[in-house]
Amino acid sequence: MVSRTTDDYQAMAIAGCEAICEPAFWAGFDRSSAQGFYDYYRQLTDYEPKRAAKFGIKHFCWLCINPKEAEDSGFAREVMAIIPEFLDQPTVLGIGEIGLNKNTVSELTIFEEHVAIAQQHDLPILIHTPHLEDKLKGTRLIIDALNNAKVDPNKVIIDHVEEHTAGMVLDQGFWAGMTLYPESKCTLPRAVDILENFGMENIWMNSACDWGISDPLAVAKCMQEMKKRQHSRETIHQVVYDNPVKFLSQSPNFSL
Amino acid sequence: MPSKQDILDLYFMDARCKLIDIAAFLDRMDRFDGEPDYRYNSFHEALDALLKPGDQSRAQAVLNTLSDQSEEPIPKATIQGASGAPNKQSGN
Repeated sequence: MVSRTTDDYQAMAIAGCEAICEPAFWAGFDRSSAQGFYDYYRQLTDYEPKRAAKFGIKHFCWLCINPKEAEDSGFAREVMAIIPEFLDQPTVLGIGEIGLNKNTVSELTIFEEHVAIAQQHDLPILIHTPHLEDKLKGTRLIIDALNNAKVDPNKVIIDHVEEHTAGMVLDQGFWAGMTLYPESKCTLPRAVDILENFGMENIWMNSACDWGISDPLAVAKCMQEMKKRQHSRETIHQVVYDNPVKFLSQSPNFSL
Repeated sequence: MPSKQDILDLYFMDARCKLIDIAAFLDRMDRFDGEPDYRYNSFHEALDALLKPGDQSRAQAVLNTLSDQSEEPIPKATIQGASGAPNKQSGN
């Protein structure tokens, strides 16, 4: 987890975390060159797996140029040209987290080109939906683009769903992800509400571990929240373990 | 499954605290000078949606009120972040 200290790996290991799936994402600032992404992909595919392994955690990653840096399509294509070189690395799961940020024409074009890379290599896709006021529109645009590209929905997880987008994602046959935040976005009680309202199939939750206020133990804490709501041990295990393993096993590089 | 009583026991104090936070936020807005931007009106619209959600859940009604309802991608981003409410004049 490039934005996290080693202490966080230790805490996650103690909490029972077996594997981490880290998406390529924004560095907190826009990178100045495609070479910066080359180094970032080396960090994701080489250094972070070693750092996690010290705590008995398997580290996997997703590769892309994130939508926040996809506004300049020429730059984005320079970065995307690097990606195939890394797809054979043993811990790469697929393409992600691609998606939209401000729902622009350029972001959508680069999203579609990323989807094409995933289709060419028959890899699963992890999708970021925009935050806050942009989420509803962005989720609709993403679903339309995926349907136009005739992507197998079972190989796609659309992340950051909330109450107003979970239904449309699941109804179209895609997997849904809930990224848990301590503030401003999907909280633990709301995540459990979404599970109770939309069911336990084809859905997972993950801990936001980024540059903002976030908590690597959010999933472990949400297990406690589910327990407080009287969900069975089996149901909790399904959501936090069986479901992710089922989805990720579609990637040839995933194993526990 | 938990009962309504269980849900009250689990979440009432937290919800009460957040409800008072909202009331205090609105009082704070009243107390200070200047003109609020689009977020203030959106917030009030969301409060209305909370009380009258129609055929949606309350959370869905609030989220939909605070969402950009346009359908076409915009030509270019003018900001990278999100403000939490649709700015109908800027297109972002």
